[in-house]
Amino acid sequence: MSDDSHIRIRDLNLFYDDAQVLKDVSVSIHSLHVTAIIGASGCGKTSLLKCINRLAELAPRARVTGEVIVGNQDIYARGVDVTAVRKRIGLIAQKPTPLPMSIFENVAYGPRIYGMGSKKKLRETVERCLKTVGLWDEVKARLKDPAGRLSIGQQQRLCLARGLAVEPEVLLFDEPTSSLDPNSALRIERAIVELKSNYTCVVVTHNLVQARRIADHVLFMSDGKLVEHGAADAMFDSPREAQTQAYIMDESL
Amino acid sequence: MTRRKLLDRLLKVTSAASMGVVVAALAAILWTIISKGAKSLNWSLITQVPKGDFYTGGGGGIANAILGSIYLGIGATLLALAIGLPTVLYLRTYADRSRFASVVRGLLDVLWGVPSIVFGAFGFTLMIYLGMRASLLAGIITVAMFELPIMIRAMDLVMRMVPHELDEVSYGLGATRCETAIKVIARQAIPGIVTGALLAFGRGIGDAASVLFTAGFTDRIPESLTQPAATLPLAIFFQMGTPFKEVQDRAYGAALVLVMIVLVTSVASRVLSARLGRYVV
Amino acid sequence: MLATTLFSGMLVVVIAVALYARSRPLIASKSLSAIIFGANWKPSAGEFGLGPFIIGTAWVTAVAAIIAVPLCIFASIYLAEYAAPRTRSILKPLIDLLAGIPSVVYGAWAALVIVPLIADHLGPYAQAHLKRIPLLNAEYVTGYSVLAGGIVLAVMICPVIISVAEEVLRAVPQDYRDASYAVGATRLETITKVVIRRALRGLMAAVVLGISRALGETMAVLMVVGNVAALPKSVFDPAYPLPALIANNYGEMMSIPLYDSALLCAALVLLVIVLFFNVAARLVLVRGASR
Repeated sequence: MSDDSHIRIRDLNLFYDDAQVLKDVSVSIHSLHVTAIIGASGCGKTSLLKCINRLAELAPRARVTGEVIVGNQDIYARGVDVTAVRKRIGLIAQKPTPLPMSIFENVAYGPRIYGMGSKKKLRETVERCLKTVGLWDEVKARLKDPAGRLSIGQQQRLCLARGLAVEPEVLLFDEPTSSLDPNSALRIERAIVELKSNYTCVVVTHNLVQARRIADHVLFMSDGKLVEHGAADAMFDSPREAQTQAYIMDESL
Repeated sequence: MTRRKLLDRLLKVTSAASMGVVVAALAAILWTIISKGAKSLNWSLITQVPKGDFYTGGGGGIANAILGSIYLGIGATLLALAIGLPTVLYLRTYADRSRFASVVRGLLDVLWGVPSIVFGAFGFTLMIYLGMRASLLAGIITVAMFELPIMIRAMDLVMRMVPHELDEVSYGLGATRCETAIKVIARQAIPGIVTGALLAFGRGIGDAASVLFTAGFTDRIPESLTQPAATLPLAIFFQMGTPFKEVQDRAYGAALVLVMIVLVTSVASRVLSARLGRYVV
Repeated sequence: MLATTLFSGMLVVVIAVALYARSRPLIASKSLSAIIFGANWKPSAGEFGLGPFIIGTAWVTAVAAIIAVPLCIFASIYLAEYAAPRTRSILKPLIDLLAGIPSVVYGAWAALVIVPLIADHLGPYAQAHLKRIPLLNAEYVTGYSVLAGGIVLAVMICPVIISVAEEVLRAVPQDYRDASYAVGATRLETITKVVIRRALRGLMAAVVLGISRALGETMAVLMVVGNVAALPKSVFDPAYPLPALIANNYGEMMSIPLYDSALLCAALVLLVIVLFFNVAARLVLVRGASR
């Protein structure tokens, strides 16, 4: 295995009851790069993402087999503290979902749970994370306002800030811009590209143009299987598999 | 007009008229209570305790019953909340959509239908079994059991509407189930929790059958949990039961006080749940 | 949290078991059927027949149902099919208000208004004109009667029936109505032939739910029904429903042997009857919804 892979996935299978959603997925995710997962609806991209931060198993009657090794740890090994895993791996969901609290409390939620610091440290953390996502100037005067009052684009940036506050190593994005207007979408994309210098990023997207813009590596999935993966430029310009080529051509039309 | 059109008109009129009858009944009841009650309602009635011959026409007031009811109502509602809130949180956070939750919800539906006199009879049985005497505490326990299904049903309804995305966000940040339940789900459901608690309080404070055997009755204001407590519903009941017209008239004053408490509770419920619910997404 | 959940779920079972346990002394000495069907209630002579009280409950509940059911079905049709959203938003809280009025207040009102109404107006009318009709003939009318209990009960169960029935009617998808109007049906035809037909199970459940509330209602009925342990022969006669029996006699429970057992047995019988109706209504609602 190459030295710069942060996450190594081996023979991952996901079942909901009898339906198999992920079939023998094996791949490495490069550290401090942006990896995009593309594929048609229902191919398992979001499920794969959720297996990485162990959120997939929360669905009723879900079963996971295989290994996911983050750094040095198989996060599916017996006795692993699942909340600690989820702290290391953040997820920004498709639909911006603020918690029912003030803007400040949203960002402070994670750090508070982990006892990460005094009031002063919390304020510093909140400010830092909001600045990183470019939200600080817009909200600094109304940190106590309900988070639900922000616009959708602001809410999504808030969700990103919230995820950053627990100091993860990996950031997962599930179609982060599909609910947003083009302006907000661009801001999120720019943030992701900036973040990759400090975090390993994995982005699920159905927007190939977006994938071209931000991705260093690409995974193409179909029907629960990983069909092809490689460097972004190579994948888009000359994909090896016929399926990949067909998908890319279809989406480009 | 054709027969069809005539029948059509008839349905509209009958339906509207029926609704009118129901509303008129409400108006009639409120009107009677307000007009008769206002006549007997005065400061001394509210602030004094009954003198020895209060129930045969003598002097005094119903302060004992007013305070007794308030102590009982608050105590019972807090007790029911202490049991009911963790229950709905558990059902929503740990067990939602499971068979276990369906079974429990079914049992709670059944509990909801139990008449208050049966709660009173059970409370009495419990009292004897535990060697308690008719007291504020016994009344609180019994009324809490009566309030429990009412409170749970109202809160559960709102809890189940809390979107599951919120759960995932919380877990995604590394929170445990318990932390998620208390810090996120409960926060989102605050309007429902407030409404449920105050609704249950209104029902509990107005119920006579559950306190009949268990809270006792006394002319004094209870000073501890082990003393018997007078309650407004029973005060009304006993006053109506006398053959003296002046006493019966005073019963309407007590009824008016009780109705006002229930009304104020209802209004407070709306106001509080709007205010406390400002963070709801 | 799990503990409170288990407690809440098991409470109804615990109540039933406890009441049964306390009734056992009585059931041991007389058979259950002797208690339920026995027609004599003379505690000092050791006779504990609950028959008259069960019948009394049935009478009052039946009168309440006869008055409330048509009234509430039509009222909920108005609410669901005719009322504008603004009107509905005013009426629904009013109905909730009706539901929140305490039982004793209903009783006080009924004692003041309904009982004299029967004694001074309805009774004499029946005596004069309705002599031949069974169940409505009035020989000796004090006003404290099955009719008084039935009327106050009817008002009390209206909110229950209306709120469930209205929800059930509104749950019928608009597509059905549109399809009916599209072929030229009138409102009445659409409502009766399409909407109500779809909602029928739910409407029945609403009625059964209302009946189960009526069965257990204690104080209001107690105050106007007369509390005479004889079989009523007309609606103008007094009766003695089961809840009233329990409420009136708790004070003497410990003084006569087996009296406490008998009253708790009465509570158990009441519980079983109410639960039967309640569970039946729930099953109908659940099955109806999953269709």
